Order: sequence, then C-alpha cells, then structure tokens
Amino acid sequence: MIKPENAGVLSNLRVIEMGTEIGAWCGKLLADMGANVIKIESLLGDRSRAYEPFYQDNQSAENSLFWWHYNTNKQSVTIDIESKQGQDLVRKLASKCDVILDSYEPGYLDRLGLGYDQLKEENESIIVAAVSFFGKNMPYSSYAMTDLTAIAFGGPAWSCGYDDHSIAPVRGGGNQGYQTACHFAMIAIMAALVYRSESGVGQFIDVNMHAALNVTTESGSYNYLVNGESVQRQTGRHAGIRPSPGTQIMGPGGRYINVGFPARTEEQWFTLLAWLEEEGVLGDLGDYLSPPNRQSLQIGDQKATEQLTKVMEAISSMAADKDPFELFCEAQNRGLQWGIVNAPEDVINDPHFNARGFIVSVEHPEIDSSFRYPGAPYRFEKGQWSIRRRAPLLGEDTKSVLMDDLNLTELEYQKLSWEGVI
Amino acid sequence: MTIPEGSQQKALSHIRICDFTGQLAGAGATRTLAAFGAEVIRIEDRLTEGSWDILRGNGPFVDERRGNELGGAFNNHNVGKLGISLNMRLPNAKEILTKLIKISDVVTENFSAGVLDRWGFSYEEMKKIKPDIIYISNSGFGHYGPYSSFKTWGPIVQAVSGITFQSGLPDMPPAGWGFSYMDHTGGYFMAIAILLAIYHKKRTGEGQYVDMSCTDAGASLNGPAMLDYTVNGRPLKRDGSPNSNRSQHPLMIPHGIYNCEGVDNWIAIAVRTDQEWRNLCSLMKQDEWLSSQELETKEGRLKNADQIDKVIGSWALGFNARELMDLLQAAGIPAAKVQKPPERVDQDENTAAWGLFPVVEHLEMGRVRVDGVPVKMSQTPPVIEKGAPLLGQHNKYVLEELLGYTNQEVQNFYSEGVI
Repeated sequence: MIKPENAGVLSNLRVIEMGTEIGAWCGKLLADMGANVIKIESLLGDRSRAYEPFYQDNQSAENSLFWWHYNTNKQSVTIDIESKQGQDLVRKLASKCDVILDSYEPGYLDRLGLGYDQLKEENESIIVAAVSFFGKNMPYSSYAMTDLTAIAFGGPAWSCGYDDHSIAPVRGGGNQGYQTACHFAMIAIMAALVYRSESGVGQFIDVNMHAALNVTTESGSYNYLVNGESVQRQTGRHAGIRPSPGTQIMGPGGRYINVGFPARTEEQWFTLLAWLEEEGVLGDLGDYLSPPNRQSLQIGDQKATEQLTKVMEAISSMAADKDPFELFCEAQNRGLQWGIVNAPEDVINDPHFNARGFIVSVEHPEIDSSFRYPGAPYRFEKGQWSIRRRAPLLGEDTKSVLMDDLNLTELEYQKLSWEGVI
Repeated sequence: MTIPEGSQQKALSHIRICDFTGQLAGAGATRTLAAFGAEVIRIEDRLTEGSWDILRGNGPFVDERRGNELGGAFNNHNVGKLGISLNMRLPNAKEILTKLIKISDVVTENFSAGVLDRWGFSYEEMKKIKPDIIYISNSGFGHYGPYSSFKTWGPIVQAVSGITFQSGLPDMPPAGWGFSYMDHTGGYFMAIAILLAIYHKKRTGEGQYVDMSCTDAGASLNGPAMLDYTVNGRPLKRDGSPNSNRSQHPLMIPHGIYNCEGVDNWIAIAVRTDQEWRNLCSLMKQDEWLSSQELETKEGRLKNADQIDKVIGSWALGFNARELMDLLQAAGIPAAKVQKPPERVDQDENTAAWGLFPVVEHLEMGRVRVDGVPVKMSQTPPVIEKGAPLLGQHNKYVLEELLGYTNQEVQNFYSEGVI
C-alpha cells in the first residue's frame, strides 16, 4: 500500500495518447488527476497546435491556447508512427503503459500494427480506449465529421435555439460533442482500471460519440422513447412538447438572468409574492395561492400559462433598473433558484469561483509569465486534481522519455533523430 | 478488434453503492455505474413516497395512468438500480442505514447541503461506521464558497458556469441549451469522481470525501474561451459574439447550420480546409468563388463570412437535408442533418447497429425503451436490462439477504412505517 503525498489519484498510471483533438479532453482528465500522459505527436506537431486563438494572436506551434488548455500536464514525444522504427518505439512504450487513448479514425492504428490485438501481445493487461465519431466497424464510419456536425446529427442541436423556428437550431459552443464522448471514455477507462485491479485483465474500449450525444439530450430522447413525442426548441430554456413562457430576463447592461421556473414550491411562491409587493409590481398576482402548476403547464393549460406570463412580466419590471448580479444574489438569498448568465470572462471574475480556488495560476517559464486557467471539476480530499505543468512544447519530452523509459543510448537517440523517426 | 457480444463479466460487480441521488445530475451518475455492474441501492423516503425526486411522478407517461410509479424520465435515469424505502425520522431506519453503509463501498447524494448531517450521517459519522467509506456529494455550487447555500437545477448551473452564454447567435438573447446538459454532464463527472475515488482506495486503502460542484464542472468545459480572456484579454462578450454555430477554436469558414427544403429541416456544414472549400465551390458550381484569390484562404473567407453564409443558405434551401448531406459527404465535406428524435432513434443505421436504445421491463410501466450506453468493452460489456425500481421494491432482498434481518423483522418494519 502506498501513500502518495499530494500526488493525484492516478499518479501510478502511464498513458499514451495518440490521435486528434477529439480525445484530448479525456487525456487531460487523466493527466490532471496525476496520470503520466505521453502525447505522441507527429514531427510537425499535433494539428490542434494550429488552432485559434493564439497567445498575443501570434500563430506558432507553441502559441495555441486551444493546445494549452487541452494538454496540461501531458508530455510531448514526437514520433513518426508511419515509419517502421517509429512503430517499434511506440510498441516498446506501450509495453510499459497501462492505458492507450486512441482518437485516430477507427482502424488506423491497427493498420500500423499498433492496434489493441497487436499491443496486447506484449502487454496482456493493457487497456486501449478508442474514441471516434461512430465507433469501430459501424455504419457511417466513413463520414467526415466535426463537433458541429456531430452535435447536429446526434440530437442536441435539435433541442437548442430560439422560439422563432425560422432561425437555425444552435450548437452549444465549446466543442461539447468531443467533450461528451471524452466523458464516457473517461468513465469506461476508470471502470476498466477498477476491473483490472481486481482481475488483472485489460480490454478494448470502443467509444461512439454519435451514441454519446444521442443519450445526452434529456427529454429530446425520453419523450420520444416513452410516447413518441418530439420536443420543440425554445429560447434559453428547455425544449418542450408544448410552448412555455420565457425564462430569461434582461437587466441593465444587457446582462441576463435565468429565473428557470421562478417559484417551484408554495413556500417559494409566497416569498416571490412578498418580494414583488415590496417592489410595487405585484399587480393581481396576490390572488393566486400557489405557483403555476408544472404539470398543468406541460399539458398547455391556459390559466397556468397566463399566470406564469404575468409572473415573468412582474419580474421583468422589477429587474429593469436593478444590477443583474445583485438581483441574482438577492433572489438566491430569498430562496429562489435563479441564475445569472455568466460569460466565460464573468466566471473568471466571479467571487464564488475565486473563493473556491477554481481559477488556478499556471506558469509558462519560457515566456516568463503565468496565466489563469479553469480549475478542478471535483474536489478530492486525497489525491487531488492539479496542473503541475503547462502543456508541453513540441517534442519537449522526446529525449527524456526515450532515454529514461526505453533506455535508448545518446547515440541511438541521435541516430533516430537524424533519420527523421523522432 | 471488434467487440464480441455475450460476455458475462461486469467491470464493477464487486462494488456496492448506497445511493441517495435523484433527479438527473445525481441519478445519472449511479445509472451509469449500474450499467457497468455496480450494485446500486437507491434509498428513497418512505413517508413522502420518494417525491423529493420530482421526476418520479412527472411525464412523459406511457399511457393515461398517472402517479409516482409512472414517470418516464425517472425510469430512464434509474435503470438497473435496486430500490429501498426508509423513513429516516425513525430510529430503526437509522439502524438499517448504518448496516447498509457498513457493507457499502460508496455513499452518494445530491441533496442540498446538510441533509445527511441532520440525519446523523455526516462524513465524520459515516467514517465511524466504515473507516474507508467513500462519500461523494454532488451539489450545484459545492459545499463551500459564497454561493454554497444557493439552489440550482440544470439551467441555473448552465447559466452561472458560462455554458448558457456560449450557446447563441449574435445580437440575440442566449439560446442556451434546450435541456439540462449540465445535469447529464454533472452526472458524468460524478461517475468519474466515484471511480477515481474507488481507484484511490484500491491503491491506498483510504476512503475519502469528494465535493463535486456542478458549476465548477460546467466552468471547466469552456477552456479556450476562458484562456482567450485571461491570456489575451479578449472577452467572449463582444461585437458579433458569441456565435456558436461558427467555429472559433479553430476558425472554420463556412461553418453553420442552414435551412433545407420542408418544415424545420436543417443541415450543418463545416469546411475545415482550403481543399474542402474548393470541393464545396465545385459542388455548388460557384465558379466566381473558385476563381477568387481572396476566398482561397481562411482569412479571406472570414472577411466575407456573412455573404458566404447567405449564398450557401439559399443554395441549401433547394435540397432535401438528408440528400444534401450525402452529396456533401461524397465530396469529403463534413455535413450532417440536424436529426429530429424519430430520425436519430428509429431511422439511424448507427444507433440501430449499436443497439443504442434498449428495452427494459418496468413493473408498472411495462416494456419501455431507454437511453443506452455509448461505450462497448471487450471483457466487461456494460448492459442495461432492468427498469427503475418501484418505491421499496427491493426492501426484502436488501434487508433479508444483504443485511441479515429476519422475515419477521422486515414485516415489523413495514407495519411500523420504517420501510
């Protein structure tokens, strides 16, 4: 039994990540919990090193903020995996690793002799997780896809957008399609690791992004699965079988508050009424003894809809001259579950995220700077999340990994480098 | 390799979870672990008939019947779990829970802060019952920080964490997410956290407390936009932004969702490279674009993005969305129809071949299709077979088989209203 001091939960884990940006989030989830993740890049560098935005808008292989974010704590080893010698190096590395994360198109690594069946010969307990748009040997695998087309085809986009259906459905930003596939990859890898610690047995994991998105649409799927109904998109709130009143209030400065369902219980209802009365905007709402009934709203009941519409009008006039952030805090302090609509930059400046230490500082010594990064999604008492090193420079760890882990001599290293293998 | 069907092993069959979670943000986590084989014992309140989880009695419904055992979403989010009912106000219930914690690996909940404490089952107390217990709490804002007492559900988490803002079109209100993306995703993070803590315990023998905040999880999903602000000082709130149907990381032009023939039919098109741009121009017979030097580069196309979108928009209108998708794919251009629920569930070859939407048997609802698992594993395939439990459906099994109570004792618990 070991007692890792301040080391992440996964500090005994060695991972090779190969492929594209679609699997990078899973590699980061592993690396930020302590795993030693070796990212194998081509000699020209991973393609996402060319993704905007760039540090000071200055494009170079070391300046992509996309690369910076998705590759914290990883090591960069450049290997030409299309060469025979390069494949031998990967096989040797894989024989000392626990997990291979593969986000190339399905079958590519098999063709190079680096697929699960081949790597298993030298490392029986290895876990190989492949993340792809459609899974392995599955219909549609030949389609060209991106995050946008995946979210459109997989279902989420249908539920997102505006009340006005002449406006296109909307893809939620931030490459959430890739990240959703990576969440399932991470769950499956962890389950496989737990199983392996009991049984000693490794395995192959096939993650299908299209399927992951299909089961990440909430009512978009289950309303259809249960009774054949399809939800329709609405501005800033849940898509529904029937239209429901809006939930977003714009305050001064164009900042929005989402009041969700403004009062969910009788207690919240009377709290809200008292507040609206204090503000002089109660109108005839005091005649209602309970909040608009959710079930009645779902079946399109006219009276419930009318009541909710009046509530939203009263809240809007109350919000017209109030600071939205203060209004959000006051509503929550009164027990109403409203939310301020934060832009990413608002999150960076938000008192709660800062008090929790969510915003972390990461050093970039070669440009003599530190920058604030988004931090831990979960707080562990033992084996914490951390960013120990910024994303690697191209090939930064090639020499140390090959010489220390594979025991290559300086001469062998120089020869491979001269031959363009590394 | 291709994964064979029919293996009987489950990855987590040696793991038992004492589960107080509900809704989707919590129940979604233990649903996934149950599919991987964990024995998940969901505990619900006997007195209020489990109505803390509002999904229990909420639609969609399979037929005209209504009630606490008929909620379609509840069934979807609780497949494969066992269910027991306890009235935690009574001392005997506390004794039962103590015995259950003693034989569990993990205790999970997504209550408001302090509920377990009030019952006398704070983490400190649980450690006295089982020193290496793992305790995972999932809440909207975590258990410390200025908003820790604030209440949330999916859309509120999405609003505060930045997820809502980054989904929308210029000069429009936030479109946000038309479903609780962060309830799904909060559940995924919670499942990951549970497994990480189990892994840590196998390495070190130590249990621990994990504080999971859905807004932290949500805020972690916006990295490049946050770094553009912290590194370059460029906020996402600026002229022409956000526009989440365009692509900022990396820049791609054209990149959007365009109207096609018929009612509410749309196609998503993304052009990643100059070669794909030329292929698109050829397909559209846009000779003028093909010969334009300015449009040869991404930078040039970016300057003309609105005009390009307009022309593609009127071109796409003349096509059936699915047929246009096939045309574009044949030219190597990423494109996909915005699929409607019936299209992606019943007419999609990939979901059919994967077997993505399994049928489960629910004691009251009958046979119902539910969300499946988007992962296949060669040695321990995840499986969803059983519907959600009725309130207290497994009281007898859990109390007699697992906790060693006699049949008579269990009968007494029933008559005293303990279970």
